[in-house]
Amino acid sequence: MKILGIDSSGLVASVAVVEDEILLAEYTTDYKKTHSQTLMPMLEAIKNMIDLDMDSIDAIAISAGPGSFTGLRIGSATAKGLGLALNKPIVEVPTLEGLAFNLWGTDKLICPLMDARRNQVYTGIYEFDEYEDDRQHLNIVMPQCAIDISLCVENINNLAREVIFLGDGVDVYREKIDELIAVPHYYAPASMNRQKASSVASLGELYFSKGIFVDAKDHAPEYLRQSQAEREREEGKI
Amino acid sequence: MSDVLILAIESSCDETAAAVVKNGREVLSNVIYTQIALHTQFGGVVPEIASRKHIEKINQVIEKALEEANVTLKDITAIAVTYGPGLVGALLVGVSEAKAISFATGIPLVGVHHIEGHISANYIENKDLEPPFVCLVASGGHSHLVVVKDYGKYEIIGRTRDDAAGEAFDKVARAIGLGYPGGPKIDKISKEGNPDAIQFPRAKMADNEYDFSFSGLKSAVLNYLNSCQMKGEEINRADVAASFQKAVIDVLVDHSIHAVKSFGFDKFAIAGGVASNSSLREAFEKRCEKEGIKFYHPSPIYCTDNAAMIGAAGYYDYINGIRSGMDLNAVPNLRLGER
Repeated sequence: MKILGIDSSGLVASVAVVEDEILLAEYTTDYKKTHSQTLMPMLEAIKNMIDLDMDSIDAIAISAGPGSFTGLRIGSATAKGLGLALNKPIVEVPTLEGLAFNLWGTDKLICPLMDARRNQVYTGIYEFDEYEDDRQHLNIVMPQCAIDISLCVENINNLAREVIFLGDGVDVYREKIDELIAVPHYYAPASMNRQKASSVASLGELYFSKGIFVDAKDHAPEYLRQSQAEREREEGKI
Repeated sequence: MSDVLILAIESSCDETAAAVVKNGREVLSNVIYTQIALHTQFGGVVPEIASRKHIEKINQVIEKALEEANVTLKDITAIAVTYGPGLVGALLVGVSEAKAISFATGIPLVGVHHIEGHISANYIENKDLEPPFVCLVASGGHSHLVVVKDYGKYEIIGRTRDDAAGEAFDKVARAIGLGYPGGPKIDKISKEGNPDAIQFPRAKMADNEYDFSFSGLKSAVLNYLNSCQMKGEEINRADVAASFQKAVIDVLVDHSIHAVKSFGFDKFAIAGGVASNSSLREAFEKRCEKEGIKFYHPSPIYCTDNAAMIGAAGYYDYINGIRSGMDLNAVPNLRLGER
């Protein structure tokens, strides 16, 4: 089984091809160019490097949100275009699950953080627990959501377990976390603290084998937030 | 030469559109998913909502365009996509989708300028129209007077200094309580009004005789409405709409005809959403006939944002050897004639 993974949910752009639990290629960048300028040339580069026959791909795994609205749509439109042209399905991998999967096998809690602006983070709390099909299972302790960073830390304190933080939200809220946290905590290193398309593809492979996927035309990102205009209308400003 | 089939994709504002166009002038399909109803409740296009709708609808729209044309991707010669100008988030959906399809299939990609598309809409129904000619492009976001020197070769000789013509229609429509989108509503109510009832100003720019300005006119309408209210006079909305519309049309017609004559052409075309305004068409028809100028205009379906016009423009770009790479980006303020 061959899965193409794509993640453009945050500042990182990443593409990867995983076949039968082997990572054939991965290309990740965190640079000031827009995803529109990086994502496809990166995919083109790995296709050429590993002589990838696009038709041999079984499914496209996409980091499906939350994240930067525009970044998510660049990834989603790319996945949908590939899905349409190749007639392949899309596996929607929640962005924060993909991030948590970077820390496969840890006995600690995993808390990915993405800066969501307006003093909030996109976050969730995860753990690896029992084995399933020879693989450790990613268990969701707190489903992904957009909440205040202090509320996120409070939830972790209540769980009273060691935790590893990762994601671009760490850069923004590290001081705040250090101030509020009451449990032993760690920050993941550069090799695993950002979105990786290989994690998205690995999780995608797992989902796909369980029959969890959608037709390319039916995929849309999970933003976890309304547009500003809708929010203001609900608040009675419009 | 074998037929060139262009699959065109357009998502620059609030229409998700795809079309298949044969040899630049024959439309095999033209599918438009319009979001107007969605944005009406906000009184205008909300970029984030437009982008979200594009991503939900784009595959269905493309699949329908292929199906209605009775072709598959295997029959397509090139993919044309609007990459600017427009709303960046909205443009990026079409651009990313088009790049992915091109990459997966090996079909060449051609990035198309949105305004070039509007101008090229005239080629679809007017098989005899060839450059050079002067074209007035007027819509909610653009008011340009363009000399079309050749296919893909343009010179902008006049542009708006402030509001686009369509924007002025929207703002005045809102002020007299007609709602969004303003163009068709003002066009309709104006038929019941007297266009000479109120004398609104016609702006002329001292340093460029082809430039437009509509903000002064808009302010004059708002001032008129205010003063009526202060005096407790009843406002005749049809008269206000008709008089405002006449002021816009007078300026557009005068500048355009002046340009056609100055450049020594005998052909003139209109394009863009405002080009479907019935009074505007009548005014141009009369004036062009009087001046001995051949007048071209697209049907309303090709005036609004659509992908068939991108297919027409994309065809000429394609045969001129223009190709876009996988790093094609959306350019929200792309200028006509630039790449």
